[in-house]
Amino acid sequence: MFLINCPFCGERDQSEFSSGGEAHIVRPKQPTELSDDEWAEYLFMRKNIKGIQFERWNHVHGCRKWFNVVRDTSNDKILSVYKMGEKPPVNYK
Amino acid sequence: MKNKYSVFSLIKNALSQHENWQQAWGNPEPKKEYEAIIVGGGGHGLATAYYLAKKHNLKNIAVLEKGWIGGGNTGRNTTIIRSNYLWDASAGLYDHALKLWENLSQELNYNVMFSQRGVMNLAHNLQDVRDLKRRTHANRLNGIDAVWLNTEEVKKFCPIINTSPNIRYPVLGGTLQRRAGTARHDAVAWGYARGASEMGVDIIQNCEVKGIKRNGDKVEGLETTKGFIKTNKIGVVAAGHSSVIANMAGLKLPLESKPLQALVSEPVKPIIDTVVMSNAVHAYVSQSDKGELVIGAGTDSYVSYTQRGSHNIVEETLKAILELYPIFSRMKMLRQWGGIVDICPDASPIISKTNIKGLYFNCGWGTGGFKATPGSGDLFAHTIANDEPHKLNAAFNLNRFVSGDLVDEHGAAAVAH
Repeated sequence: MFLINCPFCGERDQSEFSSGGEAHIVRPKQPTELSDDEWAEYLFMRKNIKGIQFERWNHVHGCRKWFNVVRDTSNDKILSVYKMGEKPPVNYK
Repeated sequence: MKNKYSVFSLIKNALSQHENWQQAWGNPEPKKEYEAIIVGGGGHGLATAYYLAKKHNLKNIAVLEKGWIGGGNTGRNTTIIRSNYLWDASAGLYDHALKLWENLSQELNYNVMFSQRGVMNLAHNLQDVRDLKRRTHANRLNGIDAVWLNTEEVKKFCPIINTSPNIRYPVLGGTLQRRAGTARHDAVAWGYARGASEMGVDIIQNCEVKGIKRNGDKVEGLETTKGFIKTNKIGVVAAGHSSVIANMAGLKLPLESKPLQALVSEPVKPIIDTVVMSNAVHAYVSQSDKGELVIGAGTDSYVSYTQRGSHNIVEETLKAILELYPIFSRMKMLRQWGGIVDICPDASPIISKTNIKGLYFNCGWGTGGFKATPGSGDLFAHTIANDEPHKLNAAFNLNRFVSGDLVDEHGAAAVAH
């Protein structure tokens, strides 16, 4: 249980949000060219990091907008929040 | 067994104030090299080591556990055992496990307190009724006992359920698997540990894996907090931390690790003598031998390794419990905890070779691995020993995410295990 600082609404309880999983998985530009392995990688394989993870959240019971979060999954601390389309902060690896 | 448990050993030890019981398993330092190493000393890992030694005659093996055995999800689940899965592959896997459960206490000479008290799954809407009836038929075609109960029969089987048609999620019926039930989760880990240790398996606790040494496409050993250990076969059974171990070998798995919560109440007199599950409202309940209500909640939606989980999940579960069982309204909850479960996109496990020679994974059990413990260990041991899957776990290979041949149990079973 934690608070998320929605870039549009401010700090709200996590239960107002819905997790969209790992961020920055790029949709294939040429889906017809993809091999089965590449499809598996895109659809199913996840980094599932213990530590600093870049992820997407949706403020589903609020403004309903999507945004990105940098969170440490080993202690649920949120390190940074940034809007869709913005470059991820570079000081986290 | 040098120290067989029986009524006579109990009496004998009672006469000496129970001060002379032998240690149930050893506490060795790791050797330089093993034929095979199992990473993860939970129920599945210990069972794997047990069957490797017992059925495949591998004696020089070790189980590495970063904490203490059975301290992860083995000690955190709600102990439900059943095999009424929809698809043939799952039915084969889970019923294999259930058959092993039925004789496990005798097999291990350790009372795992397996109790076939039945598991009932409730239907709350027309689609639930259709799905559960379909599952009942599928189960019976696979030789798994299953019956459909209408609302009156549900009430008769478990009288404390509120079957009023005026509640938010009325009970329209349910399925019952009578061979299903519960077992004592710690005893399963301890029993397998004792059995494996007896056959010469080294159970090494407080030993965390820090790296996997690879030579090209095969494994050569493990870097651990107790130094480097050489081996050609590594079986990873690390549950929520499977992706972390996979990452050490440069592998990516189709898993997400999420907190799953459970809670127990204060102990009360016997009130519910079965296990009742409800997928739609996401609540399941049974009563432990101590008298506590054991309540399983849902997973959080986000990846986390914190073993906590969010309060709103527990709140939702208790709301559903209270509506179905108004009699529990004044019960006090004593403890709440979380475990980290590794969930596959199709909610089925992976018991598989990888494209790295000598590296095997048994993971992805998600919210329902406890029930499979003996079967999972048996089949994983077969896979490691023969470098080939058994026919019962052939469908649960890692390659199914490439071929698309998924075992999609989400709709049928996976919401709550």
